[in-house]
Amino acid sequence: MQRLEGVRQMNSTKTESFGILTRELAQEIDKTINHYRSNSTKLVGILLDIQDIIPKQYIPREVAAYVSEKMNIPLSKIYDVISFYAALSDVPRADYVIQLCDSVVCKVTGNTTLRDTISQLLGIKEQESTPDGKYWLEYTPCFGACDISPAMRINGKVFGHLTTQDSVKAVLDQYR
Amino acid sequence: MSKTVAIITENFGQYDPGSIHSYLSIGGFSAVKKALTMSSAEIIEMTKKAAVKGRGGAAYDTGRKWAQAASVPGEDKVVICNADEGEPCTFKDRSILSKDPFRLIEGMIIAGYTVGAKNGYIYLREEYRHLRPLIRNAIDESLSNGFLGDNILNTGFSFQIHLYSGAGAYVCGEGSTLIESIEGKSGRPRIKPPFIKECGLFQLPTLVNNVETLAIAAAFIQHGVEEYLSHGTSGSPGTKIISLAGNIKNPGAYEIPFGLTLREIIYDIGGGIPDGHELKLFQLGGASGKIGPASIVDTPYTYEDLAKEGLVVGSGGILVVDDRTRVIDFVKSIQDFFIHESCGKCTPCREGNRQIAKIIDRFVEGSQRPDDLQTAERFANIMSNCAFCGLGETAQSTLLSAIKHFPQEFGLTEVAENEKH
Amino acid sequence: MKNIKIKIDNIEVIVPEGTTILEAAKKVNINIPHLCYHPDQAIKANCRLCVVDVSGSRKLTAACSSFVYEGMEVHTNTKKVRDMQKGILELILANHDQDCLKCLRNGNCELQALCQRFNISKTNLVDTVDALPLDDTNPSLIRDSAKCVKCNRCVDACQKVQEVHVLTHSHRSVHYNITPAYEMPLEQTFCVFCGQCAAVCPVGAIVEKDDTAKVWDAIYDPKKHVIVQVAPAVRVALGDAFNLPKGTIVTGKMVAALRRLGFDKIFDTNFTADLTIMEEGNELIQRLTKGGTLPMITSCSPGWINFIEGRYDHLLAHLSSCKSPQQMFGALSKSYYPEMAGMDPKNVYTVSIMPCTAKKYEAQRPEMMTNGVAEVDAVLTTRELARMIQSAGIDFVALEEDQFDNPFGIGTGAGAIFGATGGVMEAALRTAYEVITGKGLPSLNFTEVRGLSGIKESIVLIDDMELKVAVAHGLGNAKILLKQIEKGESPYAFIEIMACPGGCIGGGGQPIKSTRDVKEKRIEAIYKIDEDLPLRKSHKNPDILKLYDNYLGEPLGHKSHQLLHTHYHSRGMKYNFSELPNHK
Repeated sequence: MQRLEGVRQMNSTKTESFGILTRELAQEIDKTINHYRSNSTKLVGILLDIQDIIPKQYIPREVAAYVSEKMNIPLSKIYDVISFYAALSDVPRADYVIQLCDSVVCKVTGNTTLRDTISQLLGIKEQESTPDGKYWLEYTPCFGACDISPAMRINGKVFGHLTTQDSVKAVLDQYR
Repeated sequence: MSKTVAIITENFGQYDPGSIHSYLSIGGFSAVKKALTMSSAEIIEMTKKAAVKGRGGAAYDTGRKWAQAASVPGEDKVVICNADEGEPCTFKDRSILSKDPFRLIEGMIIAGYTVGAKNGYIYLREEYRHLRPLIRNAIDESLSNGFLGDNILNTGFSFQIHLYSGAGAYVCGEGSTLIESIEGKSGRPRIKPPFIKECGLFQLPTLVNNVETLAIAAAFIQHGVEEYLSHGTSGSPGTKIISLAGNIKNPGAYEIPFGLTLREIIYDIGGGIPDGHELKLFQLGGASGKIGPASIVDTPYTYEDLAKEGLVVGSGGILVVDDRTRVIDFVKSIQDFFIHESCGKCTPCREGNRQIAKIIDRFVEGSQRPDDLQTAERFANIMSNCAFCGLGETAQSTLLSAIKHFPQEFGLTEVAENEKH
Repeated sequence: MKNIKIKIDNIEVIVPEGTTILEAAKKVNINIPHLCYHPDQAIKANCRLCVVDVSGSRKLTAACSSFVYEGMEVHTNTKKVRDMQKGILELILANHDQDCLKCLRNGNCELQALCQRFNISKTNLVDTVDALPLDDTNPSLIRDSAKCVKCNRCVDACQKVQEVHVLTHSHRSVHYNITPAYEMPLEQTFCVFCGQCAAVCPVGAIVEKDDTAKVWDAIYDPKKHVIVQVAPAVRVALGDAFNLPKGTIVTGKMVAALRRLGFDKIFDTNFTADLTIMEEGNELIQRLTKGGTLPMITSCSPGWINFIEGRYDHLLAHLSSCKSPQQMFGALSKSYYPEMAGMDPKNVYTVSIMPCTAKKYEAQRPEMMTNGVAEVDAVLTTRELARMIQSAGIDFVALEEDQFDNPFGIGTGAGAIFGATGGVMEAALRTAYEVITGKGLPSLNFTEVRGLSGIKESIVLIDDMELKVAVAHGLGNAKILLKQIEKGESPYAFIEIMACPGGCIGGGGQPIKSTRDVKEKRIEAIYKIDEDLPLRKSHKNPDILKLYDNYLGEPLGHKSHQLLHTHYHSRGMKYNFSELPNHK
């Protein structure tokens, strides 16, 4: 009996427990959903757009639950989508998401300098963020910039020919 | 560079891809105008004559595909442009999307008209998100200029194009998986039957074509098939946009006539290997394609000649690798890719990739066990025979072709020598 | 339909068009190995164990998802097929916690059976079990992802049958998993604990929470007077665990086994099912005659209660306020029974044998208390009872039949049919008709509400009143009726809803392999019990009448309200988005 009462409390989903979903964010999310006319087939695009306006570029549970209620889509389905697609994240990332191409083309053209320089400069490994929450590093498969490999993306913008420490530094300097 | 041609790519750099007026000024939309005066059967006939094989990788005959799509009964059909160009070392669709988006729109309208579709969908990979505004604009301007929407050019034909975004999943390049994604679901392949040509997106008859395939269609409708067919070989007529990258001086997307040798492609077009290194191997058609050794570099780049060497055109990716890369490291990189990209639905692909990855890791470290190679081959064969979709079927192409062409890098030479005696 | 002639392993077989290779092979007694295939579910074709060689095909073909065509030649036993099936099995096993002795499904596990068949004891593959934490924090179900084979049967049950949408597949590749959203434990989701997932799991990845140890302890405790009640649906399913023909009625043997196990008294939940009819029937009459929320919906099925309290809490007024037969029994067992026997209610230990995993959850609801103690102390599923009997070394099949004890030993046919979908409705109609009209029913059988169609409806003429009623089983079907109510378009006065397909005989706690065929046999058995009983109307149960005379007074009276009724309330599971904080 005792335990079950505990369960009830854990179930409590009152607003106090919300960390991210503010009234303003909810309004922005509403706008996005309305823009897509609440079309459930647009879910992937809607989630991408929502992720863009959430600090640390991810979709926390309460936001997923909010979308679930607004669009009348089961939360489990939304989670399936979020967890499935590489471009969507269910864990907080950072202000700047660095996606380092780890595909075979960048490997053969030599992306070790790029990898090492990023790790050195930021002190983070793959799937980690800097303590200040500014940078997040993830390795990603080919994003089709093989003609300028080795390459990386920062918040979706592509940078190529990153063969030297200086070239990597120069890119990072743009994201202070 | 004279070995390249410009048929599919003829508009590249000729107009401002952000402006329909610029496109119209170079004769844009004449393919659509012409197509709408033709019958569906005439267009199919022309497509069959052009003998275009699907450029996404599966190489299915486009004329046949269109004929099937046209004959499927249904008032409401769908054309999907597969712009989920996910094969590593493939960026030729990017070149079309960024330099000639209006020709793609034309190709879609023509495909839609031919098969009797009302709606078209462009599924653009997330990695090309920066191209979204350009494509969006191309759709919007086509609509406001009467090339899309109701009663196009007063022909009674109505067609809409919708833009959908991928979200980083290679497996969505597979037709049914792509459809799941457009329907707002996670991208896992569907059971066939029903086949998507009969029951695809939103349960409607669906035609899925690659970006380049649609661009070619627009090109040969505009100019007739003769010019297109003046290139290439009898078995592989026409031209192809290749994505040339890796250890090469001039990486890039190039339109070439079928029939150039790989040597011509790598050395004449690509400028050869930089820094005085030697060609070691090449991989054709992306991660799902196979690898070939330098010794067969004189093979002509045609469907039939490559097939003789166990290779494929696939997506048109040509990855050039020099002597600085160990074969096993190359294989590991491909394996990492599939570990990342398997959808996880079926056992052979999910667990097979995982187990083979462990074996490859041991080879990379030199700590392989005596039966490792046999086990890897066994499960690679299980994957190619039993996996749910094409991803699992082809995921081990690299490993199997690497073992075949570079047995010594897997410690097999001695065994082979012993067996001789 | 057109017939198709094919050859499987050179044996000719003729099957209707639209048959899969797997089903066709069954016809000629070839059992192609499979794991994700389930006869009642959609084709999934994801385990790939059923691959076979179809002549002319480049690769192997999944037998479960491939349909026969004229002239097809299938080979199921070639070296290639066998090697590949075995390899796939090895892959599954490498990703599966192989500590079989610790598993509830040991000896009753489909993966284990397949490994035996292929003579696999260990693979040379690296174990790759990288599981999420065990989810064992709810009273009903335990999920152990280390044992999950990712067949998706549970997902099918949760999403397509029950439409609860708690379980989903998530992530991809080696991280592919079956889980609730954000890996939440079940009790923090909309899970209703119906256990339909556990009932279709081929392995031990989702199982009932085993409470047998608790019950053994109580039996061995000399200070405890341990009584047990058995639900109507258990007696037509328990025999499955002892290899009796499906649908065998084992009431007498079951009672005998319970006595051997050491229970002090063995009672029948059919008795409180009759009591439920007295209360619920009168509640319906009251709502019909004096005005009240209609349609009224039954409240016997705790999975259904969890569903409406979680998802449709705005419709709670439609629920009957009656407790379920289990809890009515529990309430009496901690009031009437000890008073009569001169015992302290604290010393009475009440056990239920239920076909249901949600009953475990129901018994632990804080409001299910009488005289300061829990009404039901432990709930065992049919499967757990079978395990106790096996563990005690009782030769179940050889047992002499025994009878329930008094005073809760007499149940009528009306109580018995509670176990099948439509049963509560039929039982209630038998009583409501006679109570309202004062006349005897011309026929006791309301066959329109029987059977396995998803939603059944009927119109009953009671004097000059036309009573339109509906029955739904499976929560997906329930949703359809709820949506009607939401829109104000429900034509019904009374609705029976059971969470599980087929009703309690298809409950999540029943012996494994309760397929549709098996459910049909159990339903037949339930109505056989009804037919064979001398008493078939709840209001004619002499012990019920005695109970009202001696103790409760009248239906819906003060004492009844105190003991037999409750308030259902929102589970508070939904996010409250109306009070979002402003941006700091």
